Amino acid sequence: MTKMNPCDNCAAHTPGAFMRHGINMTRYDYLVALAGNPNTGKSTVFNNLTGLKQHTGNWPGKTVTRAEGGFTFNQKKFKIVDLPGTYSLLSTSTDEEIARDFLLFGKPDVSVVVIDATRVERNLNLVLQILEITDRVVVCLNLIDEAKRHNLEIDDRQLARDLGVPVVPTAARGKRGMDTLIQYIYDVASGTYVCKPLRLKNITTRTTHAVDELTNGILEKFPDIPNARWIAMRLLEGDQRIIDAIRSGSLGVDQVYETIEEKSEQYGYENV
Amino acid sequence: MDTKTYNPNEEIISNATRLRQETGENFYDTVLESIYTEAAAIAGRAVRHREDKPKYTLDRTIDKIVTSRIFGFPIMVALLAVVFWITIEGSNIPSNFLYFILVETLHPVLKSTVASIGTPWWLHGLLVDGAYLSVAWVVSVMLPPMAIFFPLFTLLEDFGYLPRVAFNMDSLFRKAGAHGKQALTMSMGFGCNAAGIISTRIIDSPRERIIAILTNNFSLCNGRWPTQILIATIFIGSLVPAHLAGLVSATAVVSVAILGIVLSIVLSWVLSHTILKGEASTFSLELPPYRPPRILRTLYTSLIDRTIFVLWRAILFALPAGLVIWLVSNITFGDASIAEHFIGWAHPFGLFIGLNGIILLAFIIAIPANEIVIPTILMLTVTTLGMHELGAGAGVMFEFDSVNVTASVFQAGGWTLLTGINLMLFSLIHNPCSTTLYTIYKETGSMKWTTMAAVIPLGMGIAVCFFVAQIWRLFTGG
Repeated sequence: MTKMNPCDNCAAHTPGAFMRHGINMTRYDYLVALAGNPNTGKSTVFNNLTGLKQHTGNWPGKTVTRAEGGFTFNQKKFKIVDLPGTYSLLSTSTDEEIARDFLLFGKPDVSVVVIDATRVERNLNLVLQILEITDRVVVCLNLIDEAKRHNLEIDDRQLARDLGVPVVPTAARGKRGMDTLIQYIYDVASGTYVCKPLRLKNITTRTTHAVDELTNGILEKFPDIPNARWIAMRLLEGDQRIIDAIRSGSLGVDQVYETIEEKSEQYGYENV
Repeated sequence: MDTKTYNPNEEIISNATRLRQETGENFYDTVLESIYTEAAAIAGRAVRHREDKPKYTLDRTIDKIVTSRIFGFPIMVALLAVVFWITIEGSNIPSNFLYFILVETLHPVLKSTVASIGTPWWLHGLLVDGAYLSVAWVVSVMLPPMAIFFPLFTLLEDFGYLPRVAFNMDSLFRKAGAHGKQALTMSMGFGCNAAGIISTRIIDSPRERIIAILTNNFSLCNGRWPTQILIATIFIGSLVPAHLAGLVSATAVVSVAILGIVLSIVLSWVLSHTILKGEASTFSLELPPYRPPRILRTLYTSLIDRTIFVLWRAILFALPAGLVIWLVSNITFGDASIAEHFIGWAHPFGLFIGLNGIILLAFIIAIPANEIVIPTILMLTVTTLGMHELGAGAGVMFEFDSVNVTASVFQAGGWTLLTGINLMLFSLIHNPCSTTLYTIYKETGSMKWTTMAAVIPLGMGIAVCFFVAQIWRLFTGG
């Protein structure tokens, strides 16, 4: 047994480096959000990472509540939140709102976006929107086995170059690619890997100025709010809900966070 | 805060309005457009089709068949029927075995043991005849069908069949003025109505969401499947020769399930044309690829999470219910127990709608959980008729067969085929359990809709049972 196994050097395989925690997460070092389009396998990834048995199903809309769990990697505790599937951050149904609010105001340290390798283009719409609001993203290119079965070849390195964030091919049902995913979550959370996320072009200078002006106005009134720029963009579109939230003053981080907590508590009913 | 004072946040809003007019372009469209363009460009660079083979051929072929106009519904019904048939045929033997162990063997032993250590009669009556017996009954009657039904149903879900059901049902729901996704929330309700209610969050429009919530109760839930299966086996299956009994019982259960679907569509139509008027909104539903079900994992999750969860809930509610049953049948006022008073009072009305007083009392005691309707009926019948020594002793019933024992209890209670049919109907159409009602209250935040969710199906159930009883009596002259 002198032959060296390359896996022995990998942190993911060092005994004790990775440990699942189920739902026992009282204190944690990093907060990880698990987002993505419906039915891309978020809950399966979640189960793999936490050792929990969150219900999974082969249809969009299976998860309508937030599930939380955790794991330890390299002595750091990660709390991970499985969000309901969403096609867009501009959506309106309650389950999608839960996902959107958490990504925007929950201040996750890393947002893992699970995308369906057989429907890359449509899934990228959400990835691009999330890249607008946060730097720290890991893309989990899931269902890579299904893509292969359908004769699709996906160049994950090209994808990573274009998006400016790590892209990890996985087949969560077969637990493949999870080591790499954990490693990248750790790297991005700890700042070892610095993302250079793609930002949208095509926006005119005049609009950019308008967004800047509004952003500053918002930050004056709500100095602690994350994603003021995103809010400014919604205001510029005339999004009525954001206007109402500004008017009632409920846009403050803590308030929003509380309502989400409240929501998840209220909706904390497990699927049975 | 005084709302009339100047709100400094208005400044942000008025600023936004001014800037929106100044930039003069539809910002929303610009953003969306640049997202779509970028996504297409990136995907174009990264994704390659290896050959020009048509993609998803097998999936498409299956979809063409299971969602076709001609075969879609028959396949749905047939799949359901097969699932029930396997459940009914398969649960017979383990059910009898459990009944033999828990009720016929352990119950007398427990009773004599507890009695021998000198406890007062009311205490061992309360604990052994009340609490223990109802739990034992729940386990032996419900565990085997659940342990077979849930894994089968979960396999279908894991395979990807549910969205196809939704696809088939979509046009029906839309014609009823409801949201097409209601087919999905309805399917969730087949597991548990409380879960079905929560799953209505996938419906954006509040109007359609309320419709989905109010009609979810017509999806037979975990707690009611065993009732349907048992009553169908006893009353419908016994009408035909033994080798056909399983198939006929399965058909009866499927019919009740389909009646539930029909009723939920009808009620959706009525609601959307009366108190919840409006147009059905459009949506797109993704048909996910079929995925080979992971059999072992499915067995594990459906056994642990569903079967054990539901059974545990049934036991949890059966324990206090057993105590309540024992108390109401043993605390007497004047010449009769509380139970006898109520049953005597409610009996005429019960008979009037083709049920009886015991069934009505059982449905009241079982408000916390539908799971315990049958055990409650059995316990009440046994205690009010004074058949205390089940299986052993009295020599009335000596077969090691839970279904036959149950059937003979029903006979002693004066049941007819009409009682059986109406019990199946009433179990489908009555108020939701208290957990579901609580969930409805939490999700809608409205006492009005919660009350409606209880009163509408209850009224419908009484009406349906009444009409069935009238027609029955017209034809049988009974």
